Amino acid sequence: MQKIKKQSDIYKESWFTTVSKDFKRNRTIYLLLIPVLLYYIMFHYAPMYGSVIAFQNFKPQKGILGSDFVGLMHFKNFFNSPFFGRVLLNTLRISFSSIIFGFPAPILLALLLNELKFPRFAKVVQNITYMPHFISLVVICSLIREFTLDTGVINYILGFFGFEATSLLNFPQYFTTVYVASGIWQEIGWGSIIYLAALSGLDPALYEAATIDGANRFDQMLHVTLPGILPTIVIMLILKLGQVLSVGYEKIILLYNDNTMSVADVISTYVYAKGLLDLDWSFSSAVGLFNSIINFLFLNVANFISKKTSEYSLW
Amino acid sequence: MKSKIKTFDVVNILFMLILIPIMLYPIWHVVMASFSESSLLTGHTGLILKPQGFSVDSYRLMAKNPMIFKGYLNTIFIVVVGVTLNIAFTALGAYCLSRKDLYWQKHIMMLMVFTMYFSGGLIPRYLMITQSYHLTNSYWSLILPGLISTYNLIIMRTSFAALPDSLEESAKLDGAGAIRILVSIVIPLSMPVIAVMILYYAVGHWNAWFDASIYIKEREKFPLQLILREILIINDTNSMTQGSGDASDQMAIGETVKYAVIVVSTLPILCVYPFLQKYFQKGVMIGAVKG
Repeated sequence: MQKIKKQSDIYKESWFTTVSKDFKRNRTIYLLLIPVLLYYIMFHYAPMYGSVIAFQNFKPQKGILGSDFVGLMHFKNFFNSPFFGRVLLNTLRISFSSIIFGFPAPILLALLLNELKFPRFAKVVQNITYMPHFISLVVICSLIREFTLDTGVINYILGFFGFEATSLLNFPQYFTTVYVASGIWQEIGWGSIIYLAALSGLDPALYEAATIDGANRFDQMLHVTLPGILPTIVIMLILKLGQVLSVGYEKIILLYNDNTMSVADVISTYVYAKGLLDLDWSFSSAVGLFNSIINFLFLNVANFISKKTSEYSLW
Repeated sequence: MKSKIKTFDVVNILFMLILIPIMLYPIWHVVMASFSESSLLTGHTGLILKPQGFSVDSYRLMAKNPMIFKGYLNTIFIVVVGVTLNIAFTALGAYCLSRKDLYWQKHIMMLMVFTMYFSGGLIPRYLMITQSYHLTNSYWSLILPGLISTYNLIIMRTSFAALPDSLEESAKLDGAGAIRILVSIVIPLSMPVIAVMILYYAVGHWNAWFDASIYIKEREKFPLQLILREILIINDTNSMTQGSGDASDQMAIGETVKYAVIVVSTLPILCVYPFLQKYFQKGVMIGAVKG
């Protein structure tokens, strides 16, 4: 083995020759890539560099290079503030509720659609369930506010089941439920596409074999369909777990009010309020950076565990 | 056993039949309410299955409001310019990175994929855009930061890479350069995936409100979604209902106008997506293969 490697090294051109040859051959391609790379540098990597203000006492007039360095002060302040526990708990609660209820929903829908005997009907249902995904959050949230009023449609329907009418979004105990349920309503159809795509790629011969072995449809679903789409499920779950701490601010900003602040304020809305409303640049950047790093770690851990236990992984 | 299968089928169909109205009702509610008479609508509780009375006053009032129209035009401008640039840059990146003989291809890909999982955060980006690039009040602040979605780039790249090499080989023999090949061979052959990308980007621009709320300060330049937020979330319908009787009257009219505004702002997208839906699955599948 060693010998072969050495032999091939003799014929291998130097790294520099490879690179310059490649550069000559693909000059136009590299030229065309310049604007693309410029975009990534200006709008992704420059802000990453900009997050060093998390370790500074950033003053806009002094700039990043001129501002005083304060080390981990902002991080310490965040960890010691009463808001740390609150926003972390709120983020985790909303996030895990979304995963527990929201993650299986599109898988279930895809499996049921797959079992429908009438493909035309399945197509219609599919198309209808995609629709909410295309409606803007501003509209969705205004409808959520309208429908959850004590005079709204949801209370009207709950009334049949003996519930007393209350304006749901004015009470902290209902916020997570409203947030998660509306999220499922909006994304269940769209989320099912990827599983339907995976289902359509399954080999029909597997089903034939299972039928010959005497498996009924539930057995088939359990032993053929589910294992078939398991890689997709695992990948999607890794991605979801990698975002455990990133509950988006847009929907929450549109939904919360003073009454529900105590349960609805998550890390991202806290960053938004501290940075863009209170103009506390460095502190909010530190909170944001903390969030990004934890997310990245979560993603890697989830990916690592999946790699070890199943063979599916992102990289 | 046979009867068991049948029961399952019936339950499944029933489930779908319950699901459809749950999905559609909110839209139905909005459309019906927008055609209702304001006085009847405010007294009504519960489901709205048909217009309460019939009136198009809400639409008439909305048409009188110059901000809605302006917001509409602003959004159309952002969508047209934004999507054009989105597609151009995404296709460019996807094409270059679909070359198999590129030495730095993997490294560049990694550089891009990394940005999907790690970002500098909201505040540094905000400071960069407002203070380093001075884009406050400029539509560039809404278009440039999301110029390329890496996810879309990967989907497009996978689709480009799947095209047969022979086509390009022959074009090269005819003396076509890289740009020529991209514009006259690769793009025309990838129209399905490009159509889906256009839809993704267009919906994104059409529905975006947050970036505009932090970067655009002049009301004249507000995109439609910001005007919508004023009317729907901050509850500011005064500008529209002024001079139409007493306060409770104004409130009532405000309610129906809200619904009319939702209909008018959401309609364009709901009209377009069904035409492209057959490509969705393909688009997602291509992306999923890459993982």
